[in-house]
Amino acid sequence: MTTRATTGTPAPAHAPAHTAAQASRRQVLGAGGALLLATLWPTPRSGRAQPAPHPEQGLLVENTPAAFAPNAYIRIAADNRITLILPNVEMGQGIYTGSVMLLAEELGVDMAQVAIEAAPPGGGAEITGGSTSVMTEWLPLRQAGAAARSMLVQAAATRWQANPAECTTRSATIIHTPTGRSLSFGAVAAQAATLPVPQKPTLKDPSTYTLVGHAQHRVDSVAKVQGRAVFGMDIQVPGQKIGTVAACPVEGGTLGGMNKAAALAIRGVQAVLVNAQNNTVCVVADHYWAARKGLRALKLHWHDGPNAHINTQTIYEQLHDGLSGPAIVANTKGDAPAIIAHAHATYTATYQQPLLAHAPMEPINCTAHVRPDGCDIWTGTQIADRARDTAVELTGLPKDKVMVHCQYIGGGFGRRLEHEYVTQCVDFARQVPYPLKIIWSREEDLTRDRYRPAYVDQMSAALDDKGFITALTHRIVGPAVVARWDPPELTKDGYDEDLSVATVITPYSYPAYRLEFARREAPGIVTAWWRGVGGTRGLFVVEGFIDELAQRAGADPVAYRRAMLAQNPRALAVLDRVAQEAGWNTPLPPGRARGVAVQFAFGSYMASIAEVEMPDPDNVIIHRVCAAVDCGRVINPDQVISQIEGGLIFGFSAALYNEITLEDGRVQQTNFNTWRVMRMNEAPRKIDVFLIPSTEDPGGIGEVGTAAAAPVLANAMAAAQGRRYRTLPLLSARNAAAGKEQG
Amino acid sequence: MLSLNINGQPHQVDVDPDTPLLWVLRDVLGMNATKFGCGIAQCGACTVHMNGRAVRACNLPVGLIGEQPISTLEGVDPTDPVVKAVQAAWIALDVVQCGYCQPGQIMAAIALLRTAPHPTDEQIDSALSANLCRCGTYMRIRAAVHHAAGALA
Amino acid sequence: MRNLMHISSFLSGMPRALCGALVGGVIGAATMFVPAPHAHATPLPPNVENGRYLTRAADCEVCHTAEGGTPYAGGRAFSLPGIGVMYAPNITPDKTAGIGAWTDEQFVSAVRKGVSPHGKRLYPAMPYPAYARMSDKDVRDIRAYLATLPPSSQKTPANTIHFPFSIRSLMVFWNMLNGPAASYADDPAQSAEWNRGRYLVEGPGHCGDCHTPRTRTFGLDSSRALGGNIINGWRAYNLTSDRQSGLGAWSDAELAQYLSTGHADGHGTATGDMADVVGHSLRYLSAQDIHAMVVYLRSIPPLHTAEDMLEGTTPPAGDAALPQNTRGARLYASTCAGCHMADGTGRQSSFATITGARSLGADNGRNLVQVLVQGSGMQTATGVQIMPHFVGGGLSDRDLADIASFVMTHFTTATPHNMEQAVQDAKRAN
Repeated sequence: MTTRATTGTPAPAHAPAHTAAQASRRQVLGAGGALLLATLWPTPRSGRAQPAPHPEQGLLVENTPAAFAPNAYIRIAADNRITLILPNVEMGQGIYTGSVMLLAEELGVDMAQVAIEAAPPGGGAEITGGSTSVMTEWLPLRQAGAAARSMLVQAAATRWQANPAECTTRSATIIHTPTGRSLSFGAVAAQAATLPVPQKPTLKDPSTYTLVGHAQHRVDSVAKVQGRAVFGMDIQVPGQKIGTVAACPVEGGTLGGMNKAAALAIRGVQAVLVNAQNNTVCVVADHYWAARKGLRALKLHWHDGPNAHINTQTIYEQLHDGLSGPAIVANTKGDAPAIIAHAHATYTATYQQPLLAHAPMEPINCTAHVRPDGCDIWTGTQIADRARDTAVELTGLPKDKVMVHCQYIGGGFGRRLEHEYVTQCVDFARQVPYPLKIIWSREEDLTRDRYRPAYVDQMSAALDDKGFITALTHRIVGPAVVARWDPPELTKDGYDEDLSVATVITPYSYPAYRLEFARREAPGIVTAWWRGVGGTRGLFVVEGFIDELAQRAGADPVAYRRAMLAQNPRALAVLDRVAQEAGWNTPLPPGRARGVAVQFAFGSYMASIAEVEMPDPDNVIIHRVCAAVDCGRVINPDQVISQIEGGLIFGFSAALYNEITLEDGRVQQTNFNTWRVMRMNEAPRKIDVFLIPSTEDPGGIGEVGTAAAAPVLANAMAAAQGRRYRTLPLLSARNAAAGKEQG
Repeated sequence: MLSLNINGQPHQVDVDPDTPLLWVLRDVLGMNATKFGCGIAQCGACTVHMNGRAVRACNLPVGLIGEQPISTLEGVDPTDPVVKAVQAAWIALDVVQCGYCQPGQIMAAIALLRTAPHPTDEQIDSALSANLCRCGTYMRIRAAVHHAAGALA
Repeated sequence: MRNLMHISSFLSGMPRALCGALVGGVIGAATMFVPAPHAHATPLPPNVENGRYLTRAADCEVCHTAEGGTPYAGGRAFSLPGIGVMYAPNITPDKTAGIGAWTDEQFVSAVRKGVSPHGKRLYPAMPYPAYARMSDKDVRDIRAYLATLPPSSQKTPANTIHFPFSIRSLMVFWNMLNGPAASYADDPAQSAEWNRGRYLVEGPGHCGDCHTPRTRTFGLDSSRALGGNIINGWRAYNLTSDRQSGLGAWSDAELAQYLSTGHADGHGTATGDMADVVGHSLRYLSAQDIHAMVVYLRSIPPLHTAEDMLEGTTPPAGDAALPQNTRGARLYASTCAGCHMADGTGRQSSFATITGARSLGADNGRNLVQVLVQGSGMQTATGVQIMPHFVGGGLSDRDLADIASFVMTHFTTATPHNMEQAVQDAKRAN
């Protein structure tokens, strides 16, 4: 596996410490004829509360040290059913497939023999985001598989009075090679559960892998292709009613008035509810359509509150204002400002990026049943613990009475790292006796999203006589997402280290460097993670700037970058490979242009080249994108390719078209008629992904393509048009007007 | 009471005639393969067949359906050669990511292959560009349609 | 429908200098135009059902309801660039905010003569010149129906009409020139159906307010009655019996279907203001009344108008049949094809069948561009049929222009010209 599709968590700077100590804290929990091996799943910043495993997880023997909070399990039942209970959620990134591969490889079972269940919230923060799934699971899952295998083999060998070294495993069967005797895993599971857990199980030599590193089909394909996969949207709890909501369209506003009787008069409408903050209304009905009609009939009147006058211009002006004045110094090496001040040649450029919505295909939804004695929540979430905790807080129920049932996610992209929709659902559900499923309309989903922030970046360089950087300053102006999302992670200086992705952390190094951050929180809007987070923002700026410097030096953009990457063989390798595969040095067909970008983000290296044609300045045809990727050891090669393809296309939608705008505090984009998504007939005709063999630990991949999209496309468009693109989206009216001026 | 013919079965539903088929399928009949994505026929996640034609269930009031037969992904005949070829191609090429749009994509592809058994890239773009995918599986969808067409040859 | 047709055609097109001309130049001829006083009969007891029917036939609700607001409680804003903003008043029976304190006579005077209880002259946003064709009795019935509505205390915002348009007394002179007309007796030479049709079309239906071109003083040009007109940037098509540019080639059944449902195969679906007229008014009329309107419209002498001409083509059917060779074609496949198929038939329902519609290209695609820029929605027996707009997101003016050009050339023989400008004009006006 490969992969992860989405987003969000803080930077590699605090990437999870999956230490051996943590990984070795596995315990045999199984009983009742089953082996249940629990493993502490290191997740990004794991480990605060330490609750007991939920009773629903099976017959657990309480032989665990108090401090041990397992949140992932391997269950081997007496009937040989093998279940992997995973805390990471599947939202398209292929984590289920990759996890099964890792486990099956070491355990000695067929992938088809492994079933997957979503784990309930465990201790600490279970987060699926930040392209961290593979990075975090690579070691512990193999260790867990190997440990279980060792115990099963030991149990069988004991029964046979044979030497465990003479035993092999295949298809969940232990075979004593000299005699040909065999036992199923299930037959010895109970006995295995009585054995001590090997603290340092022997892992397979990677050269003997039969699954890992070889393309495997996704384990979730069949269910999804047959329409059987259950997403949060598809939950059916007996007796449930359907609600749909309208929150005040202006952040910070409250409900002014409504015609409740008109809504209740609609056939099928059951109730009209208002939340505790008096800023959201829910109409509950027998089915969504009745709820929707009821919501319209309410004719809601809002008190817009203090943000009623915010518009997009307010936000951009505030960001540009941050280009001067005080800022936090986030990273520094040498005295870059002084060098620039005295340099013979300098170059400065300013970049602007818009607010972005997530718009996953599955609109936000959540189902909750709040009872006096407990609460069940069914939803797609990238952060189940917070979903549970918010329900605990609202209902006053003890933690072990609140259960979060994680479902397939129809697109995360960082949106489901937020849990406010769970809070909202529980708040309404506690007002009614029945299970309540809340479905947001697409309009609600887009206008009440939590948005990728808008940013302004300015870079200045001192240049030597060949046009290379001798000193670089970079100022980022924008919000610190982590300050709201996880305040302790804000540095004591007030810096959000997510901003360093693809900014400080790049394949390049500079003789002198200074990164400044001027924090400006967007008024009247809540900002949040988005696929690629800091990397998406940073790479557009840095690779745009490097491209401009190459152009200024009259250098070939690939050659210019090569010269800067002499000390970085992995970066050089991906760049050389993509240049070769894309035919960088071969003549282009008439009317076409190419652009390049190089990156190191989420633990992976990638270089990409886009080949575009622009029949006119606001019409881009992307003929081909090539990408060479070194993401360390590849678990499922085809899924790496799939993530790069999809990540690029996700990024191209935003790069070309997308910008959330506000007028009178209200988001103006309401549905796919005004939130344009790249379509099949606009997608690149061809995306070719080349994987560089590597034995390094796996890097993330779900956000790598997205981060590359804007810079590689902007650089190709710049080559096509002979002008720079410093503002996103690329096809905005703003850029069209600027192009006419420049032209 | 309205009568609907869904997946070969008659269904009586007690809803207003303006109710879109999507919500009758999902919330009244409990058939969840057909997905809600936008409600304005802009994304195609709710694509089903009416008289064999790909239609958007979110924008189809049940009062307009009458006796026209409806078919949804859970009701397609898995032994039908086109259905079989399309689903097999989707699995063989590992098209899906999050998978939420795929029921709509698959229903659109089945309808396409029934009228154009060997579509060109241009014909596939013509038929499937109204179906959104946020994960960006378009190239694999296109390849899978070709793959399915090849299997049907 | 964002703007009211009558008011904006009256005011937005009126050059300021012309107001002076109206004041100064018309007085001498005034007496010639003063309509004969209407003879009052002894009032019959009001018929509330007739009132409800006529309230719909006269489409009162559309203008007297704010977008998403309480029906008839007014507040709908009509913004007229350079002139100001007018608000339709509350006509619920509330004693202070509405018209509850009016006498029947005052109500009749307002509806038929354009004079409010305080003697203020109404702007002809209120189509009183047409409503004057209704009898006092009919108008009293409307009043009786309105009196049954729940009173709403919603205050109507004050108009902000700039000088000199703010001088209501100017309306005296306008009225002298342009009406109001009187109710008139049936024409014995014509059938009862024809007479009923004339009453509905010219009276409560006030079709001419949109479909008849205006004179220089913004009265209806009776020499070109129902000959088509531009209103709020939309083309209100030629309703005369001209075969090429009017309704001459429509069958009676098609015309009746269009009026009563907003759609007729081969002629498309009502959009813009006409969608509101069907959704809130015409679809409630009886089959006999619709037939009567058809009979009357058939009798309108043909008037040939180049702007309403359009020749359709028949593109190939099937989801695989859309060309992908231009950006407009690609955008149609991605953005439009969810509802409109390759050959123009509706994917989900016939409301999206656009084959044969004038909107596909007449007058250089005027209404096509309007519907892309503004969208359209029509209330039908099976819910609101919506065409979303495509402005304010990722589609550029050029993209919309390319879609329009593709539609015009794919479905018709029209030759689009300067469509990007057309899109920009439509956006500015909206």
